[in-house]
Amino acid sequence: MKARTLFEKVWDAHVVRRETEEPALPATGGARMRGASEADAPAILYVDLHLVHEVTSPQAFDVLRERGLRVRRPDKAVATMDHSIPTTPGPGRFNIADPQAAAQVRKLEENCAEFGIELHGLRSEDQGIVHIIGPELGLTQPGRTIVCGDSHTSTHGAFGALAFGIGTSEVGHVLATQCVLQRQPRTLEVRVEGTLRPGVTAKDLILAVIARIGVGGGTGHVLEYTGSAVRALSMEQRMTVCNMSIEAGARAGMIAPDDTTFEYLAKTPRAPKGAEWDRAVASWRSLPSDAGAAYDRSVNLDGSALDPMITYGTNPGMALPVGARVPDPGAVSDAAARDSLEKALRYMDLRPGQPLIGQKVDVVFIGSCTNSRIEDLRAAAGVLRGRKVAKGVRTLVVAGSRRVKKAAEAEGLDRVFSEAGAEWREPGCSMCIAMNGDQLEPGQYAVSTSNRNFEGRQGKGGRTFLASPLTAAAAAVAGRIADPRELLR
Amino acid sequence: MEPIRSIVSRTVVLPQRDVDTDQIIPARYLKVTSKTGLGEGLFADWRYGPDGQPRPDFPLNRPEARGAQVLVAGENFGCGSSREHAPWALHDFGFRAVVSSSIADIFRSNALKNGLVPVVVGGDVHRRLLASPGVEVAIDLETRTLSTAGLVAPFPLDPFARHCLMNGVDELGFLLSQSEAIAAYEEATCAR
Repeated sequence: MKARTLFEKVWDAHVVRRETEEPALPATGGARMRGASEADAPAILYVDLHLVHEVTSPQAFDVLRERGLRVRRPDKAVATMDHSIPTTPGPGRFNIADPQAAAQVRKLEENCAEFGIELHGLRSEDQGIVHIIGPELGLTQPGRTIVCGDSHTSTHGAFGALAFGIGTSEVGHVLATQCVLQRQPRTLEVRVEGTLRPGVTAKDLILAVIARIGVGGGTGHVLEYTGSAVRALSMEQRMTVCNMSIEAGARAGMIAPDDTTFEYLAKTPRAPKGAEWDRAVASWRSLPSDAGAAYDRSVNLDGSALDPMITYGTNPGMALPVGARVPDPGAVSDAAARDSLEKALRYMDLRPGQPLIGQKVDVVFIGSCTNSRIEDLRAAAGVLRGRKVAKGVRTLVVAGSRRVKKAAEAEGLDRVFSEAGAEWREPGCSMCIAMNGDQLEPGQYAVSTSNRNFEGRQGKGGRTFLASPLTAAAAAVAGRIADPRELLR
Repeated sequence: MEPIRSIVSRTVVLPQRDVDTDQIIPARYLKVTSKTGLGEGLFADWRYGPDGQPRPDFPLNRPEARGAQVLVAGENFGCGSSREHAPWALHDFGFRAVVSSSIADIFRSNALKNGLVPVVVGGDVHRRLLASPGVEVAIDLETRTLSTAGLVAPFPLDPFARHCLMNGVDELGFLLSQSEAIAAYEEATCAR
C-alpha cells in the first residue's frame, strides 16, 4: 500500500464520494454537463464535529428554515458564544449593551433550542472561545474531521484532526447533510528541528514560519508540522502553532498524535473511556505519516536559532526577532512588496531602521484562541509576578474559557494579574476581533497575543504588534516593546 | 442565486496585495443576523474618512467606479477570516467578479456560493489589469476566459463550480441529492 501522510489518512477515511466520480448534478433545466470528464464534482467529505458560534451561523439556520430542512446530526454539533459577548468582570458579562450583539446571541439560543444542538451559553460552566472548549472538553480527537464557521478552526489540527474554517453557506451544508464539498488540498511539510531556547515559545515558532513562507504561502495546502522542535511542544503549544496556519493562507495545519496528545486527552471529560479508550488509542497510533510518505512541498526551519518574534506591520507575515529594526522599504526590490511595506509602516507610524525594542505601547492584550490557555496565562503571570504594569498601559488578561479561568483562579494567577495592575476579565474573543466593545482607540499601539495585526482588527485605527504571552507581559511591565528574556533571568 | 454566463464591465482597481477580509468588511459589521445590506460596510475603513464622509481618492468612490462589476485586486485577495460577509458585501455593492493573481482559499469558496466569480489570472495579465483601471473586460464562464483589448486570458474554474454559477444553483441541492451515499457512509462507520 502506498505510504500516506497524516492528512491523506484522515482525508481518505472521510470521503463519502471521491471527486473523480461522475456527479448527479441537481436538475436545473439549464445546460447539461458535457461528458464525465467535464462533470467533475468536488469530493464529499464527512464531518465528525461541527463547532458553531453566534456570528457565522444565523444565516445558515435561516436557510434550513426556508427550505424546511432539519439538522441531520445534531449530535455532531456543539455551539458556544464567544465573539460578540462582553468580557466585563462579574455579572456585567450577562448584560449585552449592544442590541445587535444581544440579538445575535439570542438567535443562537433560539436556533440551538429549535434544532436540538448542545449549546454552552453564557451561563454554562463550559462556555468559552470555540477553539478553546473543543479541545478541553475532549471533543477534538485525532483523526476526526472538524469544521467551524471560523478560520482559526485550524487550531484543532494539533491533535492530528483535519480541521478547517468554512463560510456560512457551508455551515448550512454541514447542518443539513453533515458534509462539505472539498477539492483535495496539497500537502506542505513544515519541519522544525532543534530545541527552542529559553524565552522562545510556540508563538515565536509559528510567527517565524509565517514570516518564512508568507501570508499566502500555504494557499491550497494543508501544513503538517514535523521535527524534534514540534514533537517537544505541549498540546497547548501545538494548538498555538496550528491555530495560526490560516495566517499563512493554509487550509489547515496538523501535528501527528503521540503520547503527549493521548496524555492530554485522557484527562478530558468527553474522550472515550475504558476499553473504548484503548481501542481509540490503538487506532490513533496508526495516524502519523508513514515512512516515505511524500509531501507536495517541504520547508525546514532551525528551531534552535529562533528568537522571540514580534510583528511590525499589518499582516502576520511581517514579523521579525524582537531585537530587530523596522525594515526599509527602499531595500525591497519587488514593487508590490515595497508598496505593501510602505503602506504598513504608514499605518503603523513606524520609521524604517527604528529598533522595535523601546517602541511605546498603550495596551497589552493577553487572550484569544491563539494564546489564552492555562499555560499561556502561567507564562504571562511568571513575568508579571511581583512586578507592576507600567503607568498608563492598559493590560487585559482574558482567559479562553470558563474552565481556563477557574483553573487560573485556583492557582492564584488572577491575583498575580490584579496585583500587577492588569484587568482579569471574563472569557471570550474580546480584543482579538473587537466586536464586543473591547477595542483600541484610533492610533493606539497594542502588543497582543492574538493572531491578526490587520489594519483596524483590534479597533478602528488601532495598531497591533503580535507576540507571545511572555513578550506581551514584558511589554506591559516596560510600557514599551521589550525582550522578555531580560525579565526571565 | 442568479445565473451568470458572462460579465462585461469596466474594472475598479485596488492594487494592494494581501487584502484581508477585515478590510473588505470590518468586524463591527458582522453583528447582523441577515446577509443583506452589507455593501454599506464594504471597505468601510478605507472608503470613509474619520468624519464618515467618502474619501474621494479611494478607487470605489471615484465617479468612474459607479456601476463597475469587476474588482481587480493585488495578489492574495481575501486572506484572513472565513466571514462570508465579505463576498456578501462585495456582491451587495454590485461586484460580480474579483480578479487577482491569487485568491485565498476560504474567500474563493465563499465567493463561488454567492454569485461572485473568482478569476485568477497569470502575473503578466494581472500586472496589465492593475495598470489600466477602468478598462472594459469581458469574463465568459463558458470559455473560462477574461478578454480585454487585444488580450484573451484563460482562468481556472472547475466544471462543477462553473455549472453552479451558470445555472444559478447552489451546492446544498447537490449535497442533499447525495443523502443515500451519506447514509451508507454513516452506516459503514457507525463506530465513530
